[in-house]
Amino acid sequence: MKQNTSPLSPEEKKLFGDLMPEELNEVLRSGLQRRHFLKLMGLASAGLLVSHMVGAEQLFARSVEFDEIPDLIPAAIENGINVSFKVNSNNKKVLIDSRMTLLDTLRERIGLTGSKKGCDHGQCGACTVIVDGNRVLSCLTLAASCEGKSIITIEGLAKDNELNPMQQAFLKHDGFQCGFCTPGQICSAVALMKEAREGQASFVTSNIREQAGAVMLSDEEIAERMSGNICRCGAYPNIVAAIKEAQTGKNIEQNWLFAG
Amino acid sequence: MIPFKFSIAKNPSEALGLIHPHAAFLAGGTNILDLMKEHVAQPTEIIDLGRLPLNTIKPTATGISLGALAKNTETANHQLIRKDYPMLSKAILAGASAQIRNMASNGGNLLQRTRCSYFYEINMPCNKRVPGSGCAAMKGFNRMHAIFGWSDQCVAVYPSDMAIALSALNANVTVMQQNGGERSIPFIDFHLLPKDHPEKDNSLKHGELITSIELPKNNFAGHSAYIKVRDRHSYAFALVSVAAGFELQGSTIKTAHIAMGGVAHKPWRALKAEAFLKDKAATLANFTKAANLEMSAAKPLAHNKFKIEMGKQTLIHAFEVALKG
Ligand SMILES: Cc1cc2nc3c(=O)[nH]c(=O)nc-3n(C[C@H](O)[C@H](O)[C@H](O)COP(=O)(O)OP(=O)(O)OC[C@H]3O[C@@H](n4cnc5c(N)ncnc54)[C@H](O)[C@@H]3O)c2cc1C
Ligand code: SF4
Ligand code: FES
Ligand code: FES
Repeated sequence: MKQNTSPLSPEEKKLFGDLMPEELNEVLRSGLQRRHFLKLMGLASAGLLVSHMVGAEQLFARSVEFDEIPDLIPAAIENGINVSFKVNSNNKKVLIDSRMTLLDTLRERIGLTGSKKGCDHGQCGACTVIVDGNRVLSCLTLAASCEGKSIITIEGLAKDNELNPMQQAFLKHDGFQCGFCTPGQICSAVALMKEAREGQASFVTSNIREQAGAVMLSDEEIAERMSGNICRCGAYPNIVAAIKEAQTGKNIEQNWLFAG
Repeated sequence: MIPFKFSIAKNPSEALGLIHPHAAFLAGGTNILDLMKEHVAQPTEIIDLGRLPLNTIKPTATGISLGALAKNTETANHQLIRKDYPMLSKAILAGASAQIRNMASNGGNLLQRTRCSYFYEINMPCNKRVPGSGCAAMKGFNRMHAIFGWSDQCVAVYPSDMAIALSALNANVTVMQQNGGERSIPFIDFHLLPKDHPEKDNSLKHGELITSIELPKNNFAGHSAYIKVRDRHSYAFALVSVAAGFELQGSTIKTAHIAMGGVAHKPWRALKAEAFLKDKAATLANFTKAANLEMSAAKPLAHNKFKIEMGKQTLIHAFEVALKG
């Protein structure tokens, strides 16, 4: 596994010191590893992270990727296919079984486990990724059909240590609880911004015959256009607030408050 | 999924050269892949159509031509479709989710298979999946099933929203055959009622390739509607849906084009209501009579009687929305 060895910022050091003191030295010594990240996410889902996030958001931007996945053995596969595509701006060439979906290829062959398998049947949106600019379901896409295409996953949204504005808005508005649907929600919402800029219509668009320019999305429009992403934790109000903030760039009041 | 060979076709003749009885075409994959995962479809070869140059939407002398491989999203948002065929934009946007519409092709949409849950469950009898094995839905849970045109062999409904609008719009499906010939199928003849052969959803022969869907010009763009009623607000298949378009002269209906979804094994053209409304005043009283007349022929199953009243109300509502424009 690749370690993320960029040094911790003072805010990040404080965050680890407060929340995971027993791991702090290890993180300082050998860099941020996947299991540290997972523990941190566990704390996030318990609501412990929110108060520590200020200044440390970029932790979430760090991509932790496996790079030691053994290749498939060509002779052992009945219908092996070599497929080349771009994932998060990196060229990838992988040998796959023709039956492999893009989702399984990303997760099992490339080690990008951010995209989630919720239903594997197109019914939940947890596997949403962006292919050639459009949001699609990676569980219903054969990897073999992606030759030459460009794929963006949740791991590719941040630029260096800078989170994508949609990721920042989801953090600010607590647009998740368990987090399982979140990578799909965020990829979906990022592509939605492009659709709104292009003036794409939805089923609740009232003036469908008029050629709309860029659309500013109402709560109703956001709900309809995000209906392909199910959240079993029901974080919908916060997701809508996050998307609104990301689209308008204006400060939207949080739906939650600290007790006390 | 069972193992399959993966081939890519670069043009229609290559696709038709590759197809064989155990092979299947792949467009957006949103239906065929799902069925393959469940072992309902078991092709030994997949022929990817994704690169065929059949993805344009262009005006023609008689109307507009929709490429079979053009995506649902692109079709619904095309400037000419939004303006001249808004019923079609609405119907497409009523279906599935943004992600699925970005993947789904126009040709694949027409050929999507029923969502009858017994069809999907390979351990249950189903005449559509295994001819002669029986129909589990007939005496099973059939709330989602047909109220028109079913047979004792199959009571499934056809799930596409897009196709309901295409039916009301009198579309034609252009098909290329393996010998290179071409044929054009009027929409009303494209999908079939189950009768004794529910394994056949439509009149396409295996190995034929849909190249385009042709829409004739119409005079009801300003007075049309697509209304869909479902169990949740979005991202669910229709219980009942209605596509309606009126050509009006003052407040008189010159012609009505009406099709219903969620009620039959094919888009259900509401011919009785259309005939009744012809040359009638566009009033609530006439709308109600037309809806009652159409629904009077319905034959519900054990769990879907509610679709009769729902059908009536949805028809009337669609007529009112179409009238307002
Ligand atoms: C969760 C979910 C919800 C959905 N909800 C809705 C809904 O509410 N309303 C609705 O209308 N639809 C809905 N859909 C269905 C969706 O619209 C269809 O799956 C889609 O339109 C199929 O198009 P495709 O290009 O992906 O087809 P594919 O899956 O690629 O192909 C379908 C079939 O068509 C054949 N085929 C494809 N193109 C051609 C061609 N050019 N010539 C000959 N044969 C061809 C294939 O061999 C295959 O048998 C839903 C789907 C899912 C997964
Ligand atoms: S209704 Fe049709 S598809 Fe459903 S179980 Fe009966 S035969 Fe099969
Ligand atoms: S995992 Fe793809 S939609 Fe659920
Ligand atoms: S945050 Fe748990 S499913 Fe959405």
